[in-house]
Amino acid sequence: MGLLDRLDNPYETGGIILGTLEDILNWGRSKSDWYLHFGLACCAIEFMSMNASHFDFMRFGIIPRATPRQADFIMITGTVTLKMAERIKVLWEQMAEPKYCISVGSCANSGGPYWQYGYHVLKGVDRIIPVHVYVPGCPPRPEAMEEGMMKLQSLIDQQAIFRKRQRLVEEEMMRSKI
Amino acid sequence: MEIGEIYNRLKEKFGESIKELIENPPSDSYINIAAENLFDICLELRDNPEFDFDYLMCLSGVDFPDTLQVVYHLYSLKKKHKVVLKVTVSKDNPKVPSIERIWRSADWHEREAYDLFGIVFEGHHNLIRILLPYDWEGHPLRKDYKEPETYHGMRVPY
Repeated sequence: MGLLDRLDNPYETGGIILGTLEDILNWGRSKSDWYLHFGLACCAIEFMSMNASHFDFMRFGIIPRATPRQADFIMITGTVTLKMAERIKVLWEQMAEPKYCISVGSCANSGGPYWQYGYHVLKGVDRIIPVHVYVPGCPPRPEAMEEGMMKLQSLIDQQAIFRKRQRLVEEEMMRSKI
Repeated sequence: MEIGEIYNRLKEKFGESIKELIENPPSDSYINIAAENLFDICLELRDNPEFDFDYLMCLSGVDFPDTLQVVYHLYSLKKKHKVVLKVTVSKDNPKVPSIERIWRSADWHEREAYDLFGIVFEGHHNLIRILLPYDWEGHPLRKDYKEPETYHGMRVPY
């Protein structure tokens, strides 16, 4: 953050933008995410309208990819069955770091309506891969998916790129002082 | 042709294999038949021009406390009549002749009934699970089915 504020008045500040390299890198990273869409159920139907002109998912600067090797994040939209869970795990492991996951809909979050008698359903995709953003709903409206995308962008914006370990230690020390 | 007439004609030809006609309004009436002669009965229903059942609408499995049942819904697109057949088998030895060679649509239906109920269709060319993974244990739509604790290291219960 802060970078865009400086961009607003470039002439008053002499045409010079001051910012940390991390800010600039994160700004670029969060605004050009490529994604792997893993559509499994009715959430994927909702996601189709998300991609179409009315909601226009691509204005977030994202491009759908057909291979996990080119994807920055994976969208799990729908019911994860045990049979499919192993495939998701393989796809996740094929993605290059840094990678993120958005879990869309009740089924992917927690098993949804299959939580009790769904002998074949994985009760939440977070049992096999880490999830960064959960989008609730059954299925969620496209607006909710937009919100989830913006949450992921703000998460990437705040990420540390350099001196990660050192910073963690510093934060820990600050916390212990308090 | 009404189901009563179909029943009488089948009874003439196959005798003991045709057990009884159950009138069940407002639902469809159905004919209970023995498992042994099922293939010949179905072949007759398809190939006799008076029956002319060219369409297997549905093949489903049912789990009762002591027995398993297979239900066949047949329809004739030319004659516009339908018939329901039911075959009951014991749980110890759930074997039913396959009719996949008569109506090809029975292929996947029989695989599904095998997958979820464990009914074995003898004579099917490829009787393997259709929905669940091949290494799955048990048949989940049976009432006495217990869901597994884990599958390939993944916890199954909530």
